[in-house]
Amino acid sequence: MSRDAIRVENLTKRFKGIVAVDGISFTVRKGELFGLLGPNGAGKTTTINMLSTLLNPTSGQGEVAGFDILRNRDDVRRNIGVVFQETALDTKLTARENLEFHAMMYGLAKKEREERIQEVLRLVDLKEKANILVENYSGGMKRRLEIARGLIHRPQILFLDEPTLGLDAQTRRRIWDYIRDLNSEVQITIILTTHYMEEADYLCERVAIMDCGRFVALDSPQRLKDILGGDVISLEIEGEPGELVRRMEEFKWVKSLKSHNGFLSLTVEKGEIRIPELITFAQKNGLYVRCVHLRKPSLEDVFLNFTGRTQREQEASASQRNWKMKRGRMRRRR
Amino acid sequence: MINATAIYVLWLREMKRFMRTKSRIFGALAMPLFFLAFLGFGLRKISLPGIDQEIDYIRFLVPGVLGMSLLFSSAFSGLSVLWDREFGFLKEIMVAPVNRVSIVLGRIAGGATTAMLQSIMILVISLGLGFRVRSLLSLALALVFMLLISTTFLGLGLIFASKMNDMQGFSIVMNFVIFPLFFLSGALSPLENFPKALRYLAMIDPLTYGVDGLRSVLIGVSLYPLPHSLIIMVIFSAVMIVAGAYFFEKSESV
Repeated sequence: MSRDAIRVENLTKRFKGIVAVDGISFTVRKGELFGLLGPNGAGKTTTINMLSTLLNPTSGQGEVAGFDILRNRDDVRRNIGVVFQETALDTKLTARENLEFHAMMYGLAKKEREERIQEVLRLVDLKEKANILVENYSGGMKRRLEIARGLIHRPQILFLDEPTLGLDAQTRRRIWDYIRDLNSEVQITIILTTHYMEEADYLCERVAIMDCGRFVALDSPQRLKDILGGDVISLEIEGEPGELVRRMEEFKWVKSLKSHNGFLSLTVEKGEIRIPELITFAQKNGLYVRCVHLRKPSLEDVFLNFTGRTQREQEASASQRNWKMKRGRMRRRR
Repeated sequence: MINATAIYVLWLREMKRFMRTKSRIFGALAMPLFFLAFLGFGLRKISLPGIDQEIDYIRFLVPGVLGMSLLFSSAFSGLSVLWDREFGFLKEIMVAPVNRVSIVLGRIAGGATTAMLQSIMILVISLGLGFRVRSLLSLALALVFMLLISTTFLGLGLIFASKMNDMQGFSIVMNFVIFPLFFLSGALSPLENFPKALRYLAMIDPLTYGVDGLRSVLIGVSLYPLPHSLIIMVIFSAVMIVAGAYFFEKSESV
């Protein structure tokens, strides 16, 4: 068997005139934690739906766990677990019944079924609440239950579509830790989509940045951030730095420097160890530093760098697009 | 391959949901019972051309109301795929390694059981209103017809659910398909009184044969001979199930 959990070539999905996914190609190694990052409407969910056999690609190829996503659908299905973006639980059933339903659909025998259900309930800490109807669950509990469900049949590959969307910070943290543990302890390959930069940064070994159906970048979060050239130190100073700016620029470790209205901003690597040096230099030369600010580049900056827009602007324009489309559709209906 | 476990677990889910939503049971029973009570008592003494003088209107009405209850709850069950889509659970079903035919069979098993349970309750209540079943054989035959009616309209519901992608379509189907099917079937009044055009339309309504078959076995009065309506119902039900499965298979689940 190959070392790749997922191999995708030129995958494309068109919905009536809109290209949702536009010829993406990538591979995910076995055991990797891989992230798809991008704003709403970038095509992340469509990608997941194609890889999990819920949607047929318009063109291109995909292989999941060594099986073709079009020709060997049932083999793909047997080997994957999916946690969808929107809740996919039957709220009229209890948590245990939801898990039982799933285990039986995946053909687990009774004894195995009971053991696994105990095991995953313990994993997500829902053992005491297993016999409550899901309609009485909170958002975080539902999410945990869904993750548990995705694991019962021990899939090789787990798809998590926006696993922490709409959850509070504390629950989000816990789910992140579950995901990490799963990946390292159970050796599961995990593909997650998110539009939270911190999430991708915290969890993923590699991140593909997606925009308008295409990959604009694919690398480890660290290396993506390195592309931006390092940290930014901003100094607020009193008085005119004058020719001192030129002398600062001569430091080997300063990659670029901008001076503007009493603010100096320097791009450097390892900003935290350069701050003392900068302060000493300023004091020696009679410059009073009023305040220092260090900013590490985030994936948000990376996104901005690759798409020329922030995510929020991106989403605004996407929703405008959607709105226009909807209006068009309504008009046609009339 | 047919997956028996999957069919069973889909059926089981439907049973649990049915038992837990009491409002659904009462809701589904209420309308047929109103029809039975108000029409049955209100028109008790009426004599309609087409109904034998010896047969009370209520005896004529009970098979019609059974057909009505089966029609509505089965179509509703078939359409409940739309609910599952709305609430996301359909994805959980569709991503499982179970072939689509088994999923359809599981749904039909669940829907048919709930529809049958409801109409059996109505039959029991109508016994309290003075309705009498002629023999055990006629009861058994009635159950066969009830099953055929139920599967026919489950298939029909599935076809519509596969073709629509939101809940808006639901009331359209109910008003423009299900209600006309009900009124055309002669469930409330003998078909003989319909104008010619409507009578032809009634001939392509599966419920016409379902209700007629039920009348034939329950009260011994019918428009068509029993084997005639039985064969037609078997064909309708087979065609609808196959078509429902076909369209469901073709539909995309997201």
